[in-house]
Amino acid sequence: MAYMAEGAEGLRSVPALLDRNAREFGGSPAYREKEYGIWQSWTWSEAKDEIEALALGLLNLGVNRGDHVAIIGRNRPTLYWSMVAAQMCGAVPVPLYQDAVAEEMEYVLGHCGARFVIAADQEQVDKVIEVQEDLHQFEHMIYVDPRGMRKYDHTRLHEFSHVQAQGRAARDEFSKELESRKAELDYDSTCVMLYTSGTTGKPKGVVLSNRNIIESGKASSEFDSLRRDDEVLAYLPMAWVGDFIFSIGQAYWTGFCVNCPESVETLLNDLREIAPSYYFAPPRIFETQLTQIMIRMEDASPMKQRMFKHFMAHARRVGPDILDGKPVSFGDRMKYALGEVLVYGPLKNAMGFSKVRVGYTAGEAIGPEIFDFYRSLGINLKQLYGQTEASVFITVQPDGEVRSDTVGVPAPGVELRIAENGEVFYRSPGVFVEYYNNPDSTAGTKDAEGWVATGDAGFIEESSGHLRIIDRAKDVGQMADGAMFAPKYVENKLKFFPNILEAVLLGNGRDYCCAFLNIDLTAVGNWAERNNIAYASYQELAGHPQVIAQLKGHVEEVNKSVAEDEMLSGCQVHRFIVLHKELDADDGEMTRTRKVKRNVIAEKFGDLVAALYDGSEEVYTETEVTYEDGRKGKIKATLKVIDAETVPVTPRAVAAE
Amino acid sequence: MRDTEGYVTADGRQIGGVLMEMKNITLKFGGVTAIQDISFDIHEGEIRAIIGPNGAGKSSMLNVISGFYTPTVGEVWYKGAKRPQMKPYEVARMGVARTFQNIALFEGMTVLDNVMTGRLTHMKSGIAAQALWWGSAQREEIENREVVEKVIDFLEIQNIRKTPVGRLPYGLKKRVELARALAAEPSLLLLDEPMAGMNVEEKEDMSRFILDVNDEFGTTIALIEHDMGVVMDLSDRVVVMDYGKKIGDGTPDEVRNNQDVIDAYLGVAH
Repeated sequence: MAYMAEGAEGLRSVPALLDRNAREFGGSPAYREKEYGIWQSWTWSEAKDEIEALALGLLNLGVNRGDHVAIIGRNRPTLYWSMVAAQMCGAVPVPLYQDAVAEEMEYVLGHCGARFVIAADQEQVDKVIEVQEDLHQFEHMIYVDPRGMRKYDHTRLHEFSHVQAQGRAARDEFSKELESRKAELDYDSTCVMLYTSGTTGKPKGVVLSNRNIIESGKASSEFDSLRRDDEVLAYLPMAWVGDFIFSIGQAYWTGFCVNCPESVETLLNDLREIAPSYYFAPPRIFETQLTQIMIRMEDASPMKQRMFKHFMAHARRVGPDILDGKPVSFGDRMKYALGEVLVYGPLKNAMGFSKVRVGYTAGEAIGPEIFDFYRSLGINLKQLYGQTEASVFITVQPDGEVRSDTVGVPAPGVELRIAENGEVFYRSPGVFVEYYNNPDSTAGTKDAEGWVATGDAGFIEESSGHLRIIDRAKDVGQMADGAMFAPKYVENKLKFFPNILEAVLLGNGRDYCCAFLNIDLTAVGNWAERNNIAYASYQELAGHPQVIAQLKGHVEEVNKSVAEDEMLSGCQVHRFIVLHKELDADDGEMTRTRKVKRNVIAEKFGDLVAALYDGSEEVYTETEVTYEDGRKGKIKATLKVIDAETVPVTPRAVAAE
Repeated sequence: MRDTEGYVTADGRQIGGVLMEMKNITLKFGGVTAIQDISFDIHEGEIRAIIGPNGAGKSSMLNVISGFYTPTVGEVWYKGAKRPQMKPYEVARMGVARTFQNIALFEGMTVLDNVMTGRLTHMKSGIAAQALWWGSAQREEIENREVVEKVIDFLEIQNIRKTPVGRLPYGLKKRVELARALAAEPSLLLLDEPMAGMNVEEKEDMSRFILDVNDEFGTTIALIEHDMGVVMDLSDRVVVMDYGKKIGDGTPDEVRNNQDVIDAYLGVAH
C-alpha cells in the first residue's frame, strides 16, 4: 500500500491521518454504533465532516491552542470525534474514567485546568456541576445526550449537536483559522493526555505526543499486519491508553472501523453481532466467557456434552500446534476440521470470536488453562506487556511464539534493559513526553537517555528471548536463606484454580513461605450444591473439612510447579490458612481495582501470621468488618492452620558456591 | 397563580390548559357506591396523582378515565368536548394509554413484540397487507419500529429487547409495561400503581423515568400510588379520595396539611 511506504512523512498528527483516510478511502466505514437496535455507520468522509463541524463549533466557543478539553463517557463515536476535534483546534483531549466519582474528577479537572468538558450524558454532567465551584479554569460544558437536560441552566452548557450546527453555520468565519491550527500540528505537539489510575498516590497526567501515538500505532499495526477491513469493538474505558491506541492510533493509521456497543449491558450480544477480527480484553473477560460456556454446557443434552468433551480434548492436544503451524498428522487435522464444523465453529460464533485474527490479553496474568482453551479453538490469542508511559507496547508475542507464562519479545522499536535489582527498563519512540506539571515524577521515572522504569521485576528467558514478569519490583524480596521471594508469581498460580478467589503469600525475610487463601464463593458454593453439602455462611463453607482438603490439593499442585522454576523454587507454600472472610476494599484490605494491600493484611491479621510461623494447629481470631451501609461488626472464628507438602529442592544459591 | 388556561409549577414549568375534566362523577355497582360525586381536572403537561387508602375508589376512577367503566352519573370532558360513551379501545385511539396494577403483558412474547403492540392504534393497513408484509404494511411497520426503538432507548431496556417477558424480573416487567404505553404516544398516560411491590432502587428508577417522560415528551400523566413519599415528590397536583369521596385537591403541600387527609391516612378517633 502506497501510503504505508511514505511512512509518517506528512502524516504527523491524527487530524492529518483523518484527512488522508477521507481522501484515499472516504467511502469505507470508520465508525459504527448500535443505536435504536440498528448499527448506524459513518464513513471516513462522513466522520471527517462531523469532526470538522465540531471543531468549528469549539473554535466558536473560544477553544485556544493548548487548552485542555476533558472528555467523559462510555465509548461512543461522538466522544472519539471530540478528541480529534480538540486536536484540530490545537487543544489537548483528556479522556476521563466515566465511573470516577465527582471528587476524583475534580482532582483531574483541576490538575489539568480543563476549560472545556465534553460529557456523554446527564449523569456525567451532574458530576462536573457538583465540583465546578472549585474549578477556576472551567468554562463550558458540552453534552451529547440531551435527555433530562432541558431544565439545566444553559448559559455555559451546550448540546453537542447544537455546537456542531453552530460550527457549520460559522464555517466561513472559522475555516481558515481551523486550517492554520491543523497545519501547526507536528510530531512533537501533544496528542493526548491520559491519567494513570493512581493505585499509588494521586493520578498523574501522562503527556503523549503525536510521535508517541502514531509511531506506536504504526509499528504495532505492521507487527500484526492489521488491515483496513479489520473490525474492532471499542468497549474498554476511553481514559485507558490501550483504547486510545486501538481506537485512534491504530484505527487512524490503518483505517479500520471502530464499533461502539449499544450499552454496557448489551456488550456480549454486540460482540457477537460484530464478530471483531482484532480483539482486546483483560483476562477477566475471557474467564467470564469461559465460565458461562461451561455452565451452559452442563445444561446441554448428554449427547452434546459427550461431543463437546471429546472434541475439546482433541483440540487441547493438537489445536495450539495447528495454530502455530507446527507439524500435525493428517488424521489429527481431519479430526480437527470435523470438530471445527461440529463444535469449535458454533462455540466461537456464540462467543463472537468467529473472525478473530489477532486477539490480545494484558493487564494481569492469565490462567494457562483459560489461555489454552481459547488457543485450542483456533483463536489467535496473545499476550502483551505495556504501560501508559510507553503508549502501550513494551513487549508482544509474535505469531507462533505464544506462551501463557511470558509476555513476549520487545515490540518493534523497543529496547529492553534489566537492572541489577531485576527491574525492567525500556526505551522506545512511544516513551511519554512527561508527567504534566510534575517534573519530579518525570525525572524519577525517565532518565536523561530516555530509559523508563516500569516498576516491574522480570527477566529475559535465555532460551527464547522472551520477557517474563515476576512481580512489582517493590514487592520482590528475599527469604532468610537469600532465595528470591516473588509473591505474585505464586499467588497467580493459586488464583488460577477456580476455587481460589484470592491468595496472599507471606515469607519476605522468613525461613519459608505461608499463604492466606480466600475461597471463591460461586465456584465452591456450586460444588457444595452439587455434592449436597449444606452451609449457612461463607465462614462455614470456608472452614468445611472437604473444602480445606481440596484447597490443600491445589496448594500442593502449585508447590510442584513452583519447585520446577529455577529461580523461585523457594517460594513453595509450607503452611496456609483459609480465611474466614473475603478480602474487601471496604475493609481496606484491597484497592478498588482488587489489588491486595500486603502491609494492611500483614498488620490486620498479625495473629494469624504468628500462628502460621509458630507451628500451632489452630488459631482463634476476631476481625472487624465494615458492612455496606458503613456499620461495623466483628467476626469471630477458630481457623485451622494446614501443613502442605512441599517438594524438596536444593537452594540455587548454595549449589552455586 | 392558577387560572383556566394553565399555571406555573413550583419548579417553573409552564402547565397548559385543561386536558380532561371529570364532572360530578358517580359510579355505582348495584347498591355499592364506588365513587360519589367527584369532580377534578387534569391540565396538559402536568403530573396528577390520585391517592387514598385501600378501597377509596382510586382504581375505579382510573377505569372511568380509561373508559373501562361508564359513570352512573356525570360527564367526562376531554380536549374541550364531552366524551360520549366509549369502548376502551376507542378511548385508547383518542390518545389515552395506561399501565396496569397487575402486570398485563404477553408473557410468551419478547419485549420488543410487547412494546410493538402499543403501536396497534397507529396501524392502518389491512390484514391481508400485514400478512403478506407488503407495501404500506411494511412501511408502517418500519415507522412504528422506529418509534418503539426510541422508547426502548429512552427506558434503557435495549439489553432485553429480544428476551421473552416471562423471564424478566418484576421491576423490569413494570418498565416494559410503561414502554408499551409510551409507544402509543399518548396525550394522557394513566399509571396504576407504577411502584407497587418495588424495592427502593427500582422505585427511584421508575420515578426518574416518569419525570423524564413528562419532561421529554410533555406527556400528561395521571397516576395512582400508595407510596406517599413518591407521590409528593413526583406530582404537581394531588386528588385525595376516601370512601369514594374527594376529600382533598391541590399541590402536594396543600394536601399534606389538609386535616381531612391527615385523618384519613392516620386514622382518627370516632
